[in-house]
Amino acid sequence: MTSELEMLVGTRWRKKPFIKRAWLRWGLIIGGVVYLIAAVSSVEVNWMRVYEGLDRGAAFIKAFLRPDFVSRASDIYEGMLESIVMTVAASVVGIVISIPIGLGAARNIAPLPIYLVCRAIVAVSRALQEIIVAILLVAIFGFGPLAGFLTLSFATIGFLSKLLAEDIESMDMVQAEAVKASGARWWQWINYGVQPQFMPRLIGLSMYRIDINFRESAILGLVGAGGIGATLNTAFDRYEFDTAAAILILIIVIVMALEYLSGIIRARLQ
Amino acid sequence: MLRLEKLTKTYKTGDQALKDVTLDVPNGQVLALIGPSGAGKSTLIRCINRLVEPTSGRALLGDVDLTSLGSAALRRERRRMGMIFQEYALVERLTVMENVLSGRLGYVGFWRSFLRRFPQPDVDEAYRLLDRVGLVHMADKRADELSGGQRQRVGICRALIQNPALLLVDEPTASLDPKTSRQIMRLIVELCRERGLAAIINIHDVALAQMFVERVIGLELGAIKFDGPPEALTPDVLTQIYGEEDWEATIAKIEDEEDTEDAEPAEAIS
Repeated sequence: MTSELEMLVGTRWRKKPFIKRAWLRWGLIIGGVVYLIAAVSSVEVNWMRVYEGLDRGAAFIKAFLRPDFVSRASDIYEGMLESIVMTVAASVVGIVISIPIGLGAARNIAPLPIYLVCRAIVAVSRALQEIIVAILLVAIFGFGPLAGFLTLSFATIGFLSKLLAEDIESMDMVQAEAVKASGARWWQWINYGVQPQFMPRLIGLSMYRIDINFRESAILGLVGAGGIGATLNTAFDRYEFDTAAAILILIIVIVMALEYLSGIIRARLQ
Repeated sequence: MLRLEKLTKTYKTGDQALKDVTLDVPNGQVLALIGPSGAGKSTLIRCINRLVEPTSGRALLGDVDLTSLGSAALRRERRRMGMIFQEYALVERLTVMENVLSGRLGYVGFWRSFLRRFPQPDVDEAYRLLDRVGLVHMADKRADELSGGQRQRVGICRALIQNPALLLVDEPTASLDPKTSRQIMRLIVELCRERGLAAIINIHDVALAQMFVERVIGLELGAIKFDGPPEALTPDVLTQIYGEEDWEATIAKIEDEEDTEDAEPAEAIS
């Protein structure tokens, strides 16, 4: 036995703590707990108000038990149609634009200037929240689905380009290198060496984004950007909770159907 | 046919992967490049087709200086250098046929390749090559359905369909079992003879190299330490390249294997 081994045998083994300095480790833990207690106790709850609000909540929930699809059927139908058109158009446009931006935002295939420009586009698109963009675009283009369509396209670009670029950055470079070594042009290289590697992820993400866009289209109506959200907003304004319930149920059904569909498509792609 | 003059590669980290490598490869010569991991074998062959940019020195293919070419000229010259990769580097989500035909990308235009409408002579040649390596029945399978040995055969077809003058082969047997390794090495060497191709084969397995090639180059820390026929690889030489170790066993093994080698072609024919 070596002397080092002799010293070690018989001693207890514990995983080394992530933060080595004991005072810092315990300081952070105690500080965290104190903050949590202070934060929770600083939230004011007006229990009288909650008690009164329970009735309204109950009325709301009761309305859900008997949703009214009929009395505003034509409004709901138009709103739904508008939302679906908005979703499909914005998704198609957004996906088409985000492919080149995604390629440009992948450091391993794009030269530095293009990379920086594309990353900047992604950063701007992601920094601006959909609702804020929609408010701005409604101010510019007026009420209606055009503003919603533009908002969703804009948001899709940020989302899809970023995730696509990250997928490309983690691809197997050797496969791409092999195509390059044959003397392929840049576009041929992308088409043969890179595209097959990111395609499944692109399709999966696109399906996911369509589903997000539909849900967002319901929110965007609240700020006047058209779609089923506008109908929903009107229903709330008129205290027609039963109609609102019908709309929410339809949104849930459609989102679930899209989820199911994208699951099937992704499974097919392996 | 291929001439390297003082080829040097220094990585950004300051590591000198190649130091003044000067090497002459005559027409039709198959040579093996041996040396420990990190000796610069992969860097050397990648500097020839400029998947890695050499820092200084020249690489001449015929009378063309590869190191000074612009991107269009480089693409044309890459067509004359077929490359076979470690771990095959097939594009896994493409079919066998697409992988083989990707070797023709340097010769066909973008739209033809994009639409997978390759010229008939290319398609015929792809079938001939696949038949030569015994995989013509797999043409429409996806590359990731193949076994290791099969994938490497497809990799060989992809390199040969370029109609190259030189093959750059990077660890062709690294992840294959001993029998498949020999079959692949034999196939590469046979095909080089059939077509009068020169080849540089990076290989870890000294015994395998000795078995198949006519010239061995030993590389250590980026510099050539040995250049001679395989019989001249003595324990002293191996110690010089790899460091101290009992080399007698390796060499004894070679002789053994050469005996079985004589028996094997007969088996292969039947």
